[in-house]
Amino acid sequence: MSEKFTVGIIVSNHFGVLNRVASLYAKRGYNIDSLTVGETENSAYSRMTIISTGDDYMKNQVLRQLQKLHDVKMVVLLDKESSVSVEQLLIKLKVNGTGKQAISDLINDYGGKVMDFGGDFITAEITGSSDRIERFIDSAREIGILEVCRSGLVSVICGTENILSVENIK
Amino acid sequence: MVLSGSEILIEELVKHGVETVFGYPGGSVLNIYDELYKNSHRISHILSAHEQGAAHAADAYARVSGKPGVVIATSGPGATNLVTGIANAYLDSVPVVFITGNVAVPMLGRDSFQEIDIIGVTLPIVKHSYVVRDIKDLQRTLSEAFLIAASDRKGPVLVDIPKNIQTDTCKYDAGLKVTLKSGESLPSDLSRFDEAIAAIEKSKRPYIYCGGGVTASDCGEYIMQLSEKLRAPVGASIMGIGSVPYSYERYLGMSGMHGRYAANIAQSEADLIIALGVRFSDRATGSTKEYSKHCQVLHVDIDPAELGKNVGPDISLCGSLKVILPRLILESRVNPSEEWEARIRDLKAAGSVWPTEEFTPRNIIHRVNTFYDNETVVATDVGQHQMWVAQYYAFEKPRKLVTSGGLGAMGFGLGAAIGASVARGAKRAVLFTSEGSFGMNLNELATAVTQNLPVTIILLNNGVLGMVRQWQSLFFDERYSQTTLNRKTDFPALAQAFGALGYAANTLGELDDILKSVPDNAGPCLIDCKIDEDERVLPMIPAGGTIRDMLIN
Repeated sequence: MSEKFTVGIIVSNHFGVLNRVASLYAKRGYNIDSLTVGETENSAYSRMTIISTGDDYMKNQVLRQLQKLHDVKMVVLLDKESSVSVEQLLIKLKVNGTGKQAISDLINDYGGKVMDFGGDFITAEITGSSDRIERFIDSAREIGILEVCRSGLVSVICGTENILSVENIK
Repeated sequence: MVLSGSEILIEELVKHGVETVFGYPGGSVLNIYDELYKNSHRISHILSAHEQGAAHAADAYARVSGKPGVVIATSGPGATNLVTGIANAYLDSVPVVFITGNVAVPMLGRDSFQEIDIIGVTLPIVKHSYVVRDIKDLQRTLSEAFLIAASDRKGPVLVDIPKNIQTDTCKYDAGLKVTLKSGESLPSDLSRFDEAIAAIEKSKRPYIYCGGGVTASDCGEYIMQLSEKLRAPVGASIMGIGSVPYSYERYLGMSGMHGRYAANIAQSEADLIIALGVRFSDRATGSTKEYSKHCQVLHVDIDPAELGKNVGPDISLCGSLKVILPRLILESRVNPSEEWEARIRDLKAAGSVWPTEEFTPRNIIHRVNTFYDNETVVATDVGQHQMWVAQYYAFEKPRKLVTSGGLGAMGFGLGAAIGASVARGAKRAVLFTSEGSFGMNLNELATAVTQNLPVTIILLNNGVLGMVRQWQSLFFDERYSQTTLNRKTDFPALAQAFGALGYAANTLGELDDILKSVPDNAGPCLIDCKIDEDERVLPMIPAGGTIRDMLIN
């Protein structure tokens, strides 16, 4: 059965590593739904969060094939139940039909912030689970969306077991 | 000690025990070649006719010697010409370090003359690769490259060295020790060892299946011990040929699409397949759904990603065969079945009589096999002749068959035979090839002649692309689309034009006479053996089929 799954990876922070990881997915025929990458507290390493869709076979293969890449230092499967995941949304909305107040109320309901505005638009920032962000986008459709930019999911495992800590890289 | 990048490369090659490199010079590796010139007393260089030939030669050199092969090529076209060679080493897990030059770092990314992003091109077919952008990284990178190529599951590593890095200077640390950090070396997992022992004890009909991993870890002896203890037959994938001697009484030969009858039947009747260092290629398994339907599979491999990739094993052990096999041999409790042993003897005896006087591929291979000793390395190209050699040549020792197993690259053979000969100090190597494959890289005849290498080229010449023709004949109603070559090449004359010896043989007697007449120091010789265009490779299990679909006649 196919389902979405999230993999957290610590990689060497240098030239071409993103290519190497993405190429592995492409070559094995695995689709990437979302990918984020950023430096860790140690500038020698970056952390990636990759979401893809597949069955248990593919999940297993992704983990084992990733582990073989020389630049991949750690790989962990981040279960939905045992990890904390958020995504960030920047959205630019039309102001014409709906009043500014109604739009501000909606943004407030989602704990968002207004980042920029003008006579005919408002740009808001919302952070939360992907479901929450999708719900906000749905509600915003009737207002009128000018632009959507999503960060992709970032994810950490709950508790202190089995974590992706760069300190554990020997 | 302050050295230039090119000098550092030479020092690292020497430090890693490299005596011979294969390659082709060019604009972006001029500095490296200048150092090779100055260091010719320490490292010999074999100049190929084309970079692909150098790549295949280094690949074969590694397979035969067990040490990493090294190739040097220039940027751009020099590098892209390596691609088939890199892919070949990747799919057969052969340790080769590829060194390419590139344009100077400030020129990178500008589509400069002979600039190619060879790292990008080869990303899916290398074990690892590097661009050296800073001279300070060069020494460590080269040391890592050798370590990665030859560790765990072996494979090709590419190091791209821009031109300015070759002339930049840096302190060289002769004592530098590089180790793979923990977590980079693959983890082993023996948590199911007891289950493996239990499965072996329960099995009435065990079958040992050897792959390239057995040779890569030099474990042939252990296979024999395990086979004796379990009284189990041994079969091999194409990469596993040579794991145990052909003459070993329990050895059944190669299994798979063109596997030997006995090996395929025994495998299908087994209740436990003990798969060692194999990756269950589709050519070896046919339908994976049916493959292990009626038996258990115990899969042992060094690469965790292979466990469950193609065939879902019932029990898997991850780690080096060198560690796991002795334990399996020691701790296995066995329950041998006389019935199974008798069945194996019967299977092996079936079909072992054939007409021996006709000028057929099987008899030609047999004659060549009888003429040369067991130490002689045999390289093949790809197609029908490759399968005939895999089926009928009696390899008594490991590392004697050099063939393109995973990639199936026509044109592999001549470069490979050259590399095999060089790896054994310019000793005799045999190449079995065919008109199609030989036509792809025959320019390496020049290399064999220049180096005066005793390579015997047996050209099984049927005037067609035989393997494709066989499929067209079986599955495409004999519509021979573009497989009838109709060339007029005079191969003996061609060989002579290159400066090699060239002969034609039409009978087994003529073949014998020619083999006897070739002096040991005569360099390469080609023997054109015309065979029937409708010779088939049999048995055959059609792609995705099962043992029930096996074609025998």
